[in-house]
Amino acid sequence: MARMATDTTSSIVPASDRAPSSWGMGDGQAIPWEYAPAPEARDIVTIQDRYGLFIGGRFVPAHGGGTFATVNPATEETMALVARGTPVDADKAVRAARRAQTRSWGTLPGKERAKYLFRIARILQERSREFAVLESMDSGKPIKESRDVDVPLAAAHFWYYAGWADKLDYAFPGRVARPLGVAAQIIPWNFPLLMLAWKIAPALAAGNTVVLKPASTTPLSALLFADVCQQADLPPGVVNIVTGPGETGMALVTHKGIDKVAFTGSTEIGKRIAKGVAGTDKALTLELGGKAANIVFDDAPLDQAVEGIVNGIYFNQGEVCCAGSRLLAQESIVEPLIDKLKDRLSTIRVGDPLDKNTDVGAINSKGQLDKITELVASGVAEGAELYQPACDLPDRGYFFRPTLFTNVAQSHRIAREEIFGPVLSVLTFRTPDEAVEKANNTVYGLSAGIWTDKGSRILEMVGRMKAGVVWANTFNRFDPTSPFGGYKESGFGREGGMHGLHAYVRLEDR
Amino acid sequence: MADRIDVRKTYKLYIGGAFPRTESGRSYLVSAADGTPLANACRASRKDVRDAVRFARTAFDGWAAKTAMNRGQVLYRVAELMEGRREQFAAEVVSAEGLRPAAARDVVDRAIDRWVWYAGWADKIGQVLGSSNPVAAPYFNFTIPEPTGVVGVVAPESSSLLGLVSRLAPPLVAGNAVVLLASERRPLPAVTLAEVLATSDVPAGVVNVLTGYRAELVPVLAGHADVDALDTWGVPDDLRTETELLAADDIKRLSRRSTRIAEARFDWLDDAATERPEWIAAFLEMKTVWHPIGG
Repeated sequence: MARMATDTTSSIVPASDRAPSSWGMGDGQAIPWEYAPAPEARDIVTIQDRYGLFIGGRFVPAHGGGTFATVNPATEETMALVARGTPVDADKAVRAARRAQTRSWGTLPGKERAKYLFRIARILQERSREFAVLESMDSGKPIKESRDVDVPLAAAHFWYYAGWADKLDYAFPGRVARPLGVAAQIIPWNFPLLMLAWKIAPALAAGNTVVLKPASTTPLSALLFADVCQQADLPPGVVNIVTGPGETGMALVTHKGIDKVAFTGSTEIGKRIAKGVAGTDKALTLELGGKAANIVFDDAPLDQAVEGIVNGIYFNQGEVCCAGSRLLAQESIVEPLIDKLKDRLSTIRVGDPLDKNTDVGAINSKGQLDKITELVASGVAEGAELYQPACDLPDRGYFFRPTLFTNVAQSHRIAREEIFGPVLSVLTFRTPDEAVEKANNTVYGLSAGIWTDKGSRILEMVGRMKAGVVWANTFNRFDPTSPFGGYKESGFGREGGMHGLHAYVRLEDR
Repeated sequence: MADRIDVRKTYKLYIGGAFPRTESGRSYLVSAADGTPLANACRASRKDVRDAVRFARTAFDGWAAKTAMNRGQVLYRVAELMEGRREQFAAEVVSAEGLRPAAARDVVDRAIDRWVWYAGWADKIGQVLGSSNPVAAPYFNFTIPEPTGVVGVVAPESSSLLGLVSRLAPPLVAGNAVVLLASERRPLPAVTLAEVLATSDVPAGVVNVLTGYRAELVPVLAGHADVDALDTWGVPDDLRTETELLAADDIKRLSRRSTRIAEARFDWLDDAATERPEWIAAFLEMKTVWHPIGG
């Protein structure tokens, strides 16, 4: 994943903030200049007043005509009214997907499926700015992240899996890979378009058709993607998008016409979904919560580590399942590390997601902001020490200051529960064994970070981390070729890479 | 009256490398396929399941840490030891499954060969399932399989030896520790296999074998928070949904028999259907590692 643009040379705090001590200006000095606003133009994207469901290649109203509002979390303004899909609509979408799977997509040679996927990748690249602006407005993420990370990676996923569509025989030696059929895919609000790409690209490459339910706070990029499907002349019914509440998603999960369920979201909902498929033959993959340890040893290059820690927890407002939310620092370097972190935090710019200089945008929803606020309060109540840099937050919108907790015990809620916000809990360790024990002391196992200059120590720690992705001397990198997914209650199955295809095929003997 | 009275065998549980009776002090009568009483088997309790899981958890790290080649040799040795007891296994399969002696000998031979087939995967599965990934940035990125942890195996009900071996070997060769529920009506070959394992080089606790009632033990195994994965092949159809609901509570990995496959009619002699690297992969986790290049 492209770096979070947070290097100290290019981002500067508002005048009200103190300068980092590393600048040699003396602690607490006001910085004598500030950034002018640099908003990305929003007229690149046309937002409709109303959006229908995308079923069988057409936009249709929901059964009963219900709608719900999607809100720009940075302004609290309603962006559009979106169709409130019901179980009746879920059923219609599954039938459309089934028809397409048996009549067009499933029988189409891999070579031809590939070309459709390449088309989609190209259109996403061509319309990247439109998608970036829409994504930032609907989700609250900074434009530089949607522009440099979400949208290019989404296009790259379609590009990567396009090439697999006619090469499945090479991915599964000795087997014939058959599509599973119709996949129900339920995605979260933190990376709306990127999660759509992670789900749809491998499914389509393997010959499945899909019904996708976007998160109810971030439906717009998926609906714009429906427009891309039309532009690509994708056969009707191959991709169906049903917006609506959680019950509609559950109606998809339990629908008899579904062969495969793929879900990304919280562990709590993941368990409900696993129960929803219990006793059936439906295939299931789950990408759930995390509470990653980011372990910094005393020989780590501290300045690089600080960048990695900041990227690890403040990237996308910390609304990242693999966020490095627990910093495990070796005792001998805790003080200099925390000093550097605090300095670095003072340079982070929080504000308008559409401003090209913004590092931390808006929290996705009022509900999420309340959850973060409540967990941070619990950290204070349980005795951890709170640090937040001085920074002005916009008057409107859902914003939260980058937050750092020291003196955190493993038993604190902020060390155990997934906060899904810009909140870092600092714990310490003395020996590698203690680091391993603390890092693995969680029900989650999605990701981990290791910072040390010693190669043999990296490899040993890699082996001992109960985590599906381990970043050594880096953090929060993503790539379509790189499998992603969790151990333990962070879920099962992998997305990305050749391994990501497994989730969408049935293997038959040659 | 015969010249010599037989010394009958007591069939016990196999937990942590020892052969305890069930802590519950219960047993149930096991009969041959033709109805002849064979022996009293232990009717394991929920506490026996918990003890077995504890031993499996303790044994897991050491087993997973063995070199792949070593793990392969240890499992190959199980085949060597079974080879020396072919007649005993054949006799037990005859009584348990009602097969003719020739068919039972074939079953035993195939079970031995299946150990050999799976043992050979130990140092190959990582190369077949692992990958180095060409990411579009200056990072070295690779993916390696690792064992999931403690696996509960509900062994096939009908195929008491060959089916059991076919489902036990895959999680083992992957490096997992196993708590196995033997066939309920045909548990005796499993206990004899445990005696082979006890004298092999498979470390104590890596395989634990319980006999008893499915309806009583499967929910305990499925609901145990320290069991990471479950092979539900032998779960009776009427327990299937309940088992999977319990397993969902802590996101257990499930290796399920398709509802389209009837347990009793599955052909365990079919090598193509039963010698599958996918069965090993079901008990592996993929770990992906990134490191910057240069700098």
